[in-house]
Amino acid sequence: MRKTFVAAVAGLLLAGSIGAASAADKLKVGFIYLGPIGDLGWTYQHEQGRLALVKELGDQIETTYLEKVPEGPDAERSIEQLARAGNKLIFTTSFGYMDPTLKVAKKYPNVHFEHATGYKRAPNMSTYSAKWYQGRYIQGLIAAKMSKTGVLGYIGSFPIPEVVSGINATILAAQTINPNIKVKIIWANTWFDPPKEADAAKALIDQGADVIMQHTDSPAAMQIAAERGKLAFGQDSEMIKFGPKAQLTSILDTWGPYYIERVKAELAGTWKSEDTWGGLDSHMFAMAPYTNMPDDVKKMAEDAQAAITAGKLHPFKCPVIGQDGKEVECKGGTSLDPGQILGMNFYVKGIDDKLPGK
Amino acid sequence: MELVEAIILAVLAASTPLLIAATGELVTERSGVLNLGVEGMMIMGAACGFAGAWLTGSIVIGALCGIVAGTLMSLIFALMTLGLAVNQVATGLALTILGVGLSGLIGAGFVGERITPAAHLDLPVLTRIPLIGRVLFGEDAFVYFSLALIVAVWWFLYRTRAGLVLRACGDNHVSAHALGYPVLRIRTFAVMFGGACAGLAGAYLPLAYTPFFIPGMTAGRGWIALALVVFSSWRPGRLVVGAYLFGAVTILQLHAQGWGVGVPSQFMSALPYLATVIVLVLLSRARTGGSTAPAALGTVFVPDR
Repeated sequence: MRKTFVAAVAGLLLAGSIGAASAADKLKVGFIYLGPIGDLGWTYQHEQGRLALVKELGDQIETTYLEKVPEGPDAERSIEQLARAGNKLIFTTSFGYMDPTLKVAKKYPNVHFEHATGYKRAPNMSTYSAKWYQGRYIQGLIAAKMSKTGVLGYIGSFPIPEVVSGINATILAAQTINPNIKVKIIWANTWFDPPKEADAAKALIDQGADVIMQHTDSPAAMQIAAERGKLAFGQDSEMIKFGPKAQLTSILDTWGPYYIERVKAELAGTWKSEDTWGGLDSHMFAMAPYTNMPDDVKKMAEDAQAAITAGKLHPFKCPVIGQDGKEVECKGGTSLDPGQILGMNFYVKGIDDKLPGK
Repeated sequence: MELVEAIILAVLAASTPLLIAATGELVTERSGVLNLGVEGMMIMGAACGFAGAWLTGSIVIGALCGIVAGTLMSLIFALMTLGLAVNQVATGLALTILGVGLSGLIGAGFVGERITPAAHLDLPVLTRIPLIGRVLFGEDAFVYFSLALIVAVWWFLYRTRAGLVLRACGDNHVSAHALGYPVLRIRTFAVMFGGACAGLAGAYLPLAYTPFFIPGMTAGRGWIALALVVFSSWRPGRLVVGAYLFGAVTILQLHAQGWGVGVPSQFMSALPYLATVIVLVLLSRARTGGSTAPAALGTVFVPDR
């Protein structure tokens, strides 16, 4: 029921959001956002990317964005609306926009589309995503060093490969510091419900976890950790304001450089359909300053970040042992191959919990 | 033992916004008006409550701002459905859409700010009683206020003449009107009470639960409050049972996941809804059987036509 209303609200907002006037010869670039631009998380970071783009190329382009566009049939209408309004490059910034984007892309062969975090492509539709698990690996190292109880608390959104690979990268890193490290995992089954995220953080802390990490979107967990005097990692954006003494670091989505690069290609006429899966080396995301930790831990984190950036350290270096104790087939030579990471649906050894649906 | 105490504390906090919002809606519905705009009034209460508290630094003023915002929203509803006799369902839904949009606008300037959350009670000796001390004397004031509120509402509905008149309006507005009671005025007050409660419930979230504002942070709690009223068969006592049961199962399923009991988390997330519906249905079947809804619920009343 609620979805219907969100949809209706989005519909109402559409009329208002398409405000940008049209100047004749500027390249028009459109964005479709899942949340409100003030969500302080996922959508906020995409908006920061758009703002960086405007700052860099504002004299040659004109941007439009639609926020709070629900995944599903409404998305198709919104994407098509942008295409019809003359946008030549359209970024659709959530996994659930995959099929709608593809549909519209087929209808408008002269418009270029860029879909975030998906895997379906077309001659005029690219995909882009980030190797966040690299950041999670660094967080795992820090968490194991900083935890006094040896129990980490992890709030998941949905058991999809992106989240599962994050959990695995965290625990694999933590095990290199403390082989007996434990992780307690709570699935919120939502990306965004601040009070519920807070409840999950409380439950984890009450059960003995002293470092909280999250894969949901609001700063609620960070705030609870701060209130209880525990440590936590932010998500998507800088959350230190909600836990000045709690935030260790945060994975910051930095879409700006990518958006600028792609728009430049479009302007130069060299845009091609591609699959971009960037990591620390290509600045698809960054790590917030390492705070609230001793210097040696900070140094370790910085070294790990440098090693990952240089390609010397791979979070899923073989052998990777699955929860069943068997070694996972090593398709990528020295580490798991991208397909195995993007489709990860198993826990590694050392996680006691069962993966939902397995 | 400490864990039990922690769980009870979390349950109390999680149930409070539901209980406050549902209490208001219960009174509204008992007067014969169905206001589906609880979610919209709540989120407005959250936005304005946070704004008030952030600007003045006072939780009390924040709570008052939330109450005022919810009441103003409910007045729009009253004007439409009672004054102009517009369909209540459609107006309620529109109110939610309005509230979600408007709160985003009002709250936009406050996103990313944070306040000091409402203080928890700390009474000498009493709060330090093992196990029950913090539960009975150590939560924030909203928690105890919500319980006082539902007791007051029960007393009002069943022990006062005004409460009887209000229920009469809800069961048969024509008779109430014929007896000379100002049906529309009574209903307006009931709607305003519902709005005030929803506003306060919404304000509770940024003032005490997660001390920041983000658009859409009520995340559907208004709808749960509405459902609780129905499943409590419009009885204050069962409403308390329903709200706390819902809160308890919500918190316990999170803990169960942390303990790793191995039940799929998707099922666990659905559990609060399932458990609450089943228990409240059983409760209402056991005693009365049949429908206990106010007979005139949701019907338009136009005097002398």
